[in-house]
Amino acid sequence: MSQIRLERIVKSFKEVRAVDDVELTIHDGEFMVLLGPSGCGKTTLLRSVAGLEEIDAGRVWIGGRNVTDLPPRQRKIAMVFQSYAVFPHMTVFDNIAFGLQMQKLPKDQVARRVGSSAELLHIEDLLGRYPSQVSGGQRQRIAVARAVAMEPEVLLMDEPLSNLDALLRIEMRAELKRLLSEIGSTTIYVTHDQVEAMSMGDRIAVMRAGKILQLGDPLSIYQKPVERFVGGFIGNPPMNFVTATLARVATDGGLHARIEGAGSLSVAAEHAGMLAGYAGKVVTLGIRAENIDVERGEGIAEGQLRGRVLVVEPLGSHDLLTVRTGSEQIKVATRPDIEVRTDDEIGMRFQQERISWLDPETERTIGL
Amino acid sequence: MTTLATTAPDAGPPRRQRSLRKIVNRLLWYTAAVILALFIVFPIFLIFISAISTRDAIFAYPKTLIPSEVTFDNIEFFINAGGVVDAFWRSVIVGIITVIVALGIGTPAGYAIARYGFRGRSGYRLIILATRAFPIVILSIPMALTFQLIGIADSIWAVAIAHTALALPFAILITGSVFVSIPRELEEAAQTLGCSPWRAFIRIALPLALPGLAAAAIFTWVLSWNDVFAAAVLTLRNPTLPAHILKGLTASPLFFQFAAGFILIVPSLIVIFVIRKYLLGLWGRVVK
Repeated sequence: MSQIRLERIVKSFKEVRAVDDVELTIHDGEFMVLLGPSGCGKTTLLRSVAGLEEIDAGRVWIGGRNVTDLPPRQRKIAMVFQSYAVFPHMTVFDNIAFGLQMQKLPKDQVARRVGSSAELLHIEDLLGRYPSQVSGGQRQRIAVARAVAMEPEVLLMDEPLSNLDALLRIEMRAELKRLLSEIGSTTIYVTHDQVEAMSMGDRIAVMRAGKILQLGDPLSIYQKPVERFVGGFIGNPPMNFVTATLARVATDGGLHARIEGAGSLSVAAEHAGMLAGYAGKVVTLGIRAENIDVERGEGIAEGQLRGRVLVVEPLGSHDLLTVRTGSEQIKVATRPDIEVRTDDEIGMRFQQERISWLDPETERTIGL
Repeated sequence: MTTLATTAPDAGPPRRQRSLRKIVNRLLWYTAAVILALFIVFPIFLIFISAISTRDAIFAYPKTLIPSEVTFDNIEFFINAGGVVDAFWRSVIVGIITVIVALGIGTPAGYAIARYGFRGRSGYRLIILATRAFPIVILSIPMALTFQLIGIADSIWAVAIAHTALALPFAILITGSVFVSIPRELEEAAQTLGCSPWRAFIRIALPLALPGLAAAAIFTWVLSWNDVFAAAVLTLRNPTLPAHILKGLTASPLFFQFAAGFILIVPSLIVIFVIRKYLLGLWGRVVK
C-alpha cells in the first residue's frame, strides 16, 4: 500500500505562492504526471512530497503514514533529478549502490540489486566507470537505476528526460514506461512536455500558478479541457478557439452558433441543454485541428463554414492547414489525399460533439 | 595534449600549415610558462646555491650558477644558532593550528554562505571582507593586550589565533565559492537515498570540495608561515621562525641570511607539493 495523499499543500517563496492549496490523491501503483509551464509549482509540489521542501501548510501522506514532518530519508521514496545528480566522485556501481549501502545491506545483496537494476537500464557494462566517462543519456540511466535499486514504494521524477536530445527522449520515454509498469511503484512524474504527459501518464494533473486546473486521464484532458489554458497547453497544435454568437433558430427552436464572416453551425443536441442560458450571447468555441473536416465541393454547402487557406504544411501522416475564418485563424488537420492549396476557399464542418463551449469571461468550459 | 600535433602522413599542405601554427602556438605558450617559472624559481635557486656555497663564494663576483664547492656549513651553523630549532617547530605548530582552525571554522561558514539564504547574508559577506581592511599593524596592539589579559601572550596560541584571524576571510571565501560550484541537487539526492543532511555533506559535498579545501589549506599555511609582523609583535621569548630571524637579521652575516632564507622556503615547498596531489588528483574529475 503506497497511496500518496496530499492535503491542502501550501508553499510560498517570499510573496509568491508556488503551491497554492493543492489537494491530490495518487493511487497505489499509479503513474501520475504533473504537467504545466515552468514556474507553475509542479517541481515544488514534487519536492514537497520528497521532503526536500518544507511546506507552509497541509499534510503529506505516503502509504497511510503522515510524513509531513519526516526528512526525505524516512519517507521511503526515491527521486530522479532533472540534472540526474549522479555523484561524480563515485563509480557507476557505487552510485547505484549508494542508497543500499546507506541501509547497511549485506555486500552480496547490494551487488545483486545493483546488478539487476543496471541490467534493467542496460548499463551493466558501465559499472566500473566514472560518470564523467559516460554520455548524458547513460548518466540519465544511472540516475534511474540508482532510484530503482532502492525498490521504492514511491518514485518521484523531476523532468528526467528534459536534458536528452529529441531522439533519445522518445526512446527513453517508452523504456521508462515499460520499466515503471514492471516495478509497479507509485510514481509522480513532473514534466512541461505535454507529449510526455499524454503518452506516459495514467492520470495527468495540469497545473498553473500553484493550482491544479484539471485532473484526469490523458484522453479526457485532451478532449474535454476545463479551461482555455488547458486546451491551449495540451495538444500539438493547440486547440483552436474562435468567437461565436449563439442564437435560437426560429424554424426548429435549436441553437445555432454564428461565426462572424464564416457562417454558422448547429449546436449538438447533447450540448443544447447546458447552453440554453447562453442564447443570444457571445461564447468561445474550442475545437481541435483533427475534429474539423474539410469538404471540397462546388461552393459552400449548408452547415459548412467558409475559410481561406493561408498555409499548407504537409506532415506526412496529415496536412496541417492554417485557415482564416472571418477575423480569426485556426489550424486544421486534413488527410493528405485531400488536395488543398494555398489561397483556396474551403468549406469546413466542425464535429459537433467534439466542440468545447467556453464562457469568454471566465474562460472555463461550460458544463464541466 | 600530446596528440594535438599529430598529422596524418598523407595530409595536404593546409593541414600541415595548421599543425605548424599549432606548434608555434604551443612554443609561445611554453616560452611564456618557462619565463614565468624562472621568474619565481630563479631567486629561490640563488638562495639555494648561496646557502650551500662556502662563505667566500657568496661574495664572489661574477656568480657561478653551479657552486664550485658544496658545503652544508652555513645551514648547519644556522640550525645550531640559538633558538632556531625551537622557533622552527613553533612555526610548524602555529601553521598546523592555523590551518586546522581556519578550515575548521571557514568550511562550515563557507558552506553556510553557499547553501543557505539567511537574513543579512550579503552583509555578512561584506563584513568578512572588511576584516581584511584593518591592517595587522592596527590589529596586533589590541590583540597583544587581549592575549595578555587571557594569559596566552607570548605563546604559539597567540600567534595561531592572530594568523587564523588573518586567514579566515580567505578560507571562508574560497570554501564558499567551492561549495557554490557543487550542485545542491547532489546532496539532495543523497538525502533521498538515506542520508541525513550532515551525512550527505560528509559523503558528497566534502569529498567533492577537497581540491578547493586543499587550495585554501595551502593558502592558509603559506600565510601563517610567511607572517613576520604579527608574530614579531605578539611574541617575545617564543618567536616563530620568521620573527626569530627578523630579530637578528641586520646583525647577522650574509651567509646566515641565505641559510635562513633557504630553511624558510623548504617547509612551504613541501606542504605545497604534498597538497598539490589532491588539487590535481581530484580536479581531474570534478562536477560538470
